[in-house]
Amino acid sequence: MTELILPEQNGIRVEDSQVRKSGPGAPSLSGKPDGWSRPATIVPDGEGELLEIAMGPHHPSTHGVFRMDVALDGERVVRLKPVFGYLHRNHEKIAEGISYLASMPYTDRLDYICPITNNWAYALAVEKLTGQEVPERAEYLRVILGELTRFQNHASSIGFLIQEMGASGTPLMYAFREREKILDLFEELTGARMMVNYMRFGGCRVDASSAWLDKTRKVAAGLVGFVDEFEGLLATNEILMARTQGVGVLRPEMAVNAGVTGPMLRASGVNYDIRKVDGYGIYNRFNFRVPLGDHGDVYDRFMIRILEMRESIGILQAALKDIPGGPVMDPKARSRGFRPKPGEAYGRIEAPKGELGFYLISDGGPNPYRYRVRPPSLINLTVLEDMCLGHDVADVVLIFGSVDIVLGEVDR
Amino acid sequence: MKTVEEIKSAIEAAVPDAVVEFVLNPSPSGQHSLRVAPEDAREVARFLRDDADLRLDFLSNVTGVDWPGYLEAVYHLYSVEKKHGPVVIRMRTANRSDQVELPSLTPIWRSAEFQEREVFDLYGIVFTSHPDMRRLLMWDEFKDHPMRKDYVDPDDFEYEPTAHDEVLKRAQAHKAAMTGQAGSEAGA
Repeated sequence: MTELILPEQNGIRVEDSQVRKSGPGAPSLSGKPDGWSRPATIVPDGEGELLEIAMGPHHPSTHGVFRMDVALDGERVVRLKPVFGYLHRNHEKIAEGISYLASMPYTDRLDYICPITNNWAYALAVEKLTGQEVPERAEYLRVILGELTRFQNHASSIGFLIQEMGASGTPLMYAFREREKILDLFEELTGARMMVNYMRFGGCRVDASSAWLDKTRKVAAGLVGFVDEFEGLLATNEILMARTQGVGVLRPEMAVNAGVTGPMLRASGVNYDIRKVDGYGIYNRFNFRVPLGDHGDVYDRFMIRILEMRESIGILQAALKDIPGGPVMDPKARSRGFRPKPGEAYGRIEAPKGELGFYLISDGGPNPYRYRVRPPSLINLTVLEDMCLGHDVADVVLIFGSVDIVLGEVDR
Repeated sequence: MKTVEEIKSAIEAAVPDAVVEFVLNPSPSGQHSLRVAPEDAREVARFLRDDADLRLDFLSNVTGVDWPGYLEAVYHLYSVEKKHGPVVIRMRTANRSDQVELPSLTPIWRSAEFQEREVFDLYGIVFTSHPDMRRLLMWDEFKDHPMRKDYVDPDDFEYEPTAHDEVLKRAQAHKAAMTGQAGSEAGA
């Protein structure tokens, strides 16, 4: 097994060598807020030559087309530069040339694992820009679909992570078996399994039937058993623990300063969940806990996702119990001649991968003057090099997998 | 949390001679912003991050905007510790052509690292003292800045295999220009 190489042993120059001061619980962020440092440069031991490898863009572990230019001293990573842009299609430029509503189906293609939450973030930003209200039933439907999305995202991201560790098939197929049930629900409600195009400014496109809600209740009840099975299968697996514990540690001050969000931030022990902080939609009506990690390593990120899946089921069941009747669209909402008054708005939600935000500037015209996506996947990769330095090249795959990215959103 | 006006006066008290201007946002979102002079930006940013009342330790979003006559960088700040936000600060360049430098805030908030590279790539704002000012999404040899409003697609833009309408016309024009060029070279 690889040992974590400590800075002083290998001449690693770490400008900001703050380490976590105490044990469990949220860390104190009130100290020196200086989480900034360039990734430490590691001095090679002087024997042999550095080997530069381009991992990607067609490496199976990169979840798409992404390249890491890695410099290796033996097996050890001494430099890692991510290279983006292979999937860049200038989504923002396209969106500035078409109407507000016409971008809605395009947001499905950002993070194509979680189209519902992309729809939601965009709808939320536009609703902030125009001051529109959303009917109660639509808010409940958004929460139900959003939590189903979070559940299937976390399950499949864990599946991918374990797959990259060498457990070909089983965990991923367990996750996909559940994902299949959730996608069937999406298909029945929206007409599409992945490219759902479901939300509208001021509500949702179609209402859910009571038969659909019953089916969702049944699926939600089955998810509890799945998480128990999944956790029992993986959490105490010796190989998984040996490969992930102490690997890719991210300190909380660094995580906050580098804008890391989502399960990755909470795995580092920072209590920040936008569902709690902003309480957007109707999230402040639900009782749920925010799981926090102690060490900020790959294992914690894996475990946080398992725990968040459990919390998601709780929210889901509460929402399915309380969902009221009524319309799903604001009757005052207009889909034709939609021209927000001049101004700007930034709307953000807790997407499964982190803070997904949309920043819109309206000049009073039918198209947004400025349309910006704040991609959690891209910004969470800021610290990739810091987490990988000093580890073996085989661990890079795991650390990268634990960030949980989708290239459609990284490159936009 | 303090209102934007209170934050403005707090900045002016803490950073003497800082030029800060209140920018009204007329939309129902009510997210007003503060325009900061580029030469004061680094100090203002440090104050916003370290001040005990504000503690804006989390820079969420960095964006460029192309306005007629100048480029603008917009920063959305939140506080993880105090759980408030957003505070929006913006900076303007002098023009859109040769004076496009703004100070990088990456030394204050690391999360600006990739986002400022993206703004440089797509808008052409050059962030001074950024540790790694390269293009992020486009390839290094690319010349223009595609998110600017006056950007013109090159006419040899990869056209579809089954081109039609506008794309077909452009492809044909490009092909004609290329063969014309080749012909004249052969003639000479």
